[in-house]
Amino acid sequence: MSTKNATIELDKVVIKFAGDSGDGMQLTGTQFTDTSALLGNDLATFPDFPAEIRAPQGTVAGVSGFQVHIGNTEINTPGDVADVLIAMNPAALKANKNWIKDGGTIIVNIDSFGKRDIEKAGYENNPLEDGSFEGYNLIQAPITSLTREVLKDSGLDGKSIVRSKNMFALGIVYWMFSRPMEQTENFLKKKFAKKPEIVEANIKVLHAGYNFAETIEALPSSYTILKADIEKGTYRNIMGNQATAWGFIAAAEKAGKELFLGSYPITPASDILHELAKHKNLGVKTFQAEDEIAAICSAIGASFAGALAITTTSGPGLALKGEALGLAMITELPLIVVNVQRGGPSTGLPTKTEQSDLFQALYGRNGESPIVVIAASTPGNCFDWAYEASRIALEHNTPVVLLSDGYLGNGAEPWKIKSVKDMQDITPLIAKEGEDYQPYARSDEKLARKHAIPGTVGLEHRLGGLEKDNLTGDVSYDPENHETMCRIRAEKVEKIAGFIPKQKVFGEKKGDVLVVGWGGTYGHLYSSVKELRLYGKDISLTHFNYINPLPENTADIFKNFKTIVVCEINKGQFVNYLRMKLPEFKYVQFNRVQGLPFKTTELKEHFNTLLS
Amino acid sequence: MSEAATQQLTKKDFTSDQEVRWCPGCGDYAILRSMQKALPQLDEKKENYVFIAGIGCSSRFPYYMDTFGFHTIHGRAPAIATGVKLANPDLQVWQITGDGDALAIGGNHFIHAIRRNIDINILLFNNEIYGLTKGQFSPTSQTGIKTKSNPHGITDSPFIPTQLALGAGATFIARIPDTNPKGMQIVFLDAEKHRGTSLVEILQNCVIFNDKTFGDVTGKDVKHDMQLYLEHGKPMIYGKESDKGIILNGLKLETVTIGENGITEDDLLIHDAHEPDICLHMMIANMNVPEFPVAMGVIRAVKKLTFDEGMKAQLEENIQTAKFRSSDELFNSGDTWEVK
Repeated sequence: MSTKNATIELDKVVIKFAGDSGDGMQLTGTQFTDTSALLGNDLATFPDFPAEIRAPQGTVAGVSGFQVHIGNTEINTPGDVADVLIAMNPAALKANKNWIKDGGTIIVNIDSFGKRDIEKAGYENNPLEDGSFEGYNLIQAPITSLTREVLKDSGLDGKSIVRSKNMFALGIVYWMFSRPMEQTENFLKKKFAKKPEIVEANIKVLHAGYNFAETIEALPSSYTILKADIEKGTYRNIMGNQATAWGFIAAAEKAGKELFLGSYPITPASDILHELAKHKNLGVKTFQAEDEIAAICSAIGASFAGALAITTTSGPGLALKGEALGLAMITELPLIVVNVQRGGPSTGLPTKTEQSDLFQALYGRNGESPIVVIAASTPGNCFDWAYEASRIALEHNTPVVLLSDGYLGNGAEPWKIKSVKDMQDITPLIAKEGEDYQPYARSDEKLARKHAIPGTVGLEHRLGGLEKDNLTGDVSYDPENHETMCRIRAEKVEKIAGFIPKQKVFGEKKGDVLVVGWGGTYGHLYSSVKELRLYGKDISLTHFNYINPLPENTADIFKNFKTIVVCEINKGQFVNYLRMKLPEFKYVQFNRVQGLPFKTTELKEHFNTLLS
Repeated sequence: MSEAATQQLTKKDFTSDQEVRWCPGCGDYAILRSMQKALPQLDEKKENYVFIAGIGCSSRFPYYMDTFGFHTIHGRAPAIATGVKLANPDLQVWQITGDGDALAIGGNHFIHAIRRNIDINILLFNNEIYGLTKGQFSPTSQTGIKTKSNPHGITDSPFIPTQLALGAGATFIARIPDTNPKGMQIVFLDAEKHRGTSLVEILQNCVIFNDKTFGDVTGKDVKHDMQLYLEHGKPMIYGKESDKGIILNGLKLETVTIGENGITEDDLLIHDAHEPDICLHMMIANMNVPEFPVAMGVIRAVKKLTFDEGMKAQLEENIQTAKFRSSDELFNSGDTWEVK
């Protein structure tokens, strides 16, 4: 299709699509992502939603963005700044002005730069004319008017015509980066199967954008990004929340259990509920409860009745679930609570990312109430950590909090498809008919009790939130027994350290600086450390997924470094946890709390100041 | 219902080894005994019963039943019971609660369980007071009563539990006093047989903090004249001599005496528990002393799809028409690509 001569190969590129929240930028970005994934690029994405569903049109508050980073090498972050920005209006330009690479390419829809549009965005003068973007490759494309022109004989109404302008923008970017359009064409055919006129219109506009880019001289050349050298196998694109949902589906199948989700809608966790609700065909039961408390309680009930039971939420929801989580802890029932963290405190920043619920997960309950806390660290490995959370919960009969975050949940990356048959076995700790059952008898190895599922002949017993006798599980107010039970419940969680892998180090096992992270910051920390190591710097990374208990070899890793820097998107929760757990080490910390992921540039700058 | 129990169960089979610790004279003892006598009359295996409770005096109930039981947290038992029933619809789930547990801290879960019509039985022990926390007023306490938490007399109005349940869309409501052991067994069995959420309000006496609060209904001298036992399809008759009845006069209920003013049995209202419209059931539920006798027995029992049946049907339908039958098929669906 293309006749261009100069196609320049790039290693990686960051593209940001930005527009009004009704402009279809998430869809445009997702299409570019899927097409690039099919071409074999490695990639990472990060959508950036406004908190309001439809904030006033044309205002900065209403800007919705989608950033994608594609490359022919390993890509671990969505990129700090964009090489190419597509801004559908002045507000989108304004909202992203600090996130474009110096000298980068900016494509604006010039049709939406009228006087009123400019004022609405809060600009006094037209930023395209006052020199604000001097030094950038500014492409002023009449996207709306050309879309109208293309579709003038389509018979569609004006609104539908204008709505397809995002395809024009996508067409431009497809040409710029030498992407084929078939994937998007197929997508449109499927999505609008019942509206062939819409399919035809969108495809027409897509091609018009592509041809426009090829024709105008504003673009000096087109670029391509070759296939990344990634592990062999079958891949698909996956979003973090989807991966979490699928991890649970896999775990339920492996454990021979039904999956039950009790949930209450909350940003940014609701997509896990949406995803699981689609899979009734796999026996998945989802229950949208009346509130966060009912959500976790229904899951506790389902767990008691023998299901693999989970509840999904975000920070404020976890706060509401605290008491019930304590009940699951004292009754020692398997339960997974997924917290897709967002900016806090209180309602905070619902659509932004943060790691500030770690203390809440570890300590947010009354009484001595230790539970397992683990964290996912990439969109794709949300699958593995959901699976692992299920394994621990079912094999040790304990609640597990799985921490994800808005960045992981909404982010996407290629995922090497796994097969349930290759995954680690899950053997639930269940009492069987005919067994001499004592509800609180435990094995020495795990200190875990067995659960007897209602319906099992002869194993009738009572559980409850009152303190339990150490063996029978009967209510006990005995002082010594209470102390014993508090000790056992803590030791039971600690013993799980013997059933998890050792903590790993990226880089040398001994040296100057050890970067320590946990959860969703992995991509940024890894990229930063990797780049500094390419320059010969003596820096390593150890990134935690198991938070409570910590892996057994944690101290052995820490003792071999001069400086330990703990990096988090909060005011220092993991670092203070480490100060308590492993007080023999001195820790320095690097924290940001802006509702945004780290930037690799700021990390590298900081690490350089620590390197001797 | 599951297949028939292989051997006849007795009260003893439902009695746990735990010492019962309610106050001497508490109405809860009679409720417990009635339950232990009622269950063996059902054609159900013992291991399929689950008793779920929240917090309060009443909520200790599961400890005394030799069935699967779960004493949970304050107000949340309906949500936990819902999870149990959805996870395994073959279980017979009973939720034991009190007026504080169900109507104050657990009000939200109470109305939503009823709205969904999940097939559980809710036994609400209404003693119009907080017992376990030692005597504060509850959402059903009568206006004006003096309690520890308002010694000057409370100024708010009580909930009528059955009225609240009707407003939430209840398909089954019944009421019974703890002084009528036989009556309790009958309504418990009716509740269990009903598909959907069954609410049984038990007028339960707290001997310590609110003794004889129902004395004007349950007292030996007044009980015949102040309680009306409803039977579906039967005229609404009450009174020691069975000579009193209820008629509908315009839009209002009225008490009448058979034989006076030309009233015969034929003039009395016939109780129709199966009527979908809630208006009459609401009026019957609201009857109160001294103007009216209090309605006992099954006030309402209407058929409606239960939440658990609905979920089960959807699951089965989806499994039959499924595009994917395993996790692996799901993971490989849609756009994938091969890296060689």
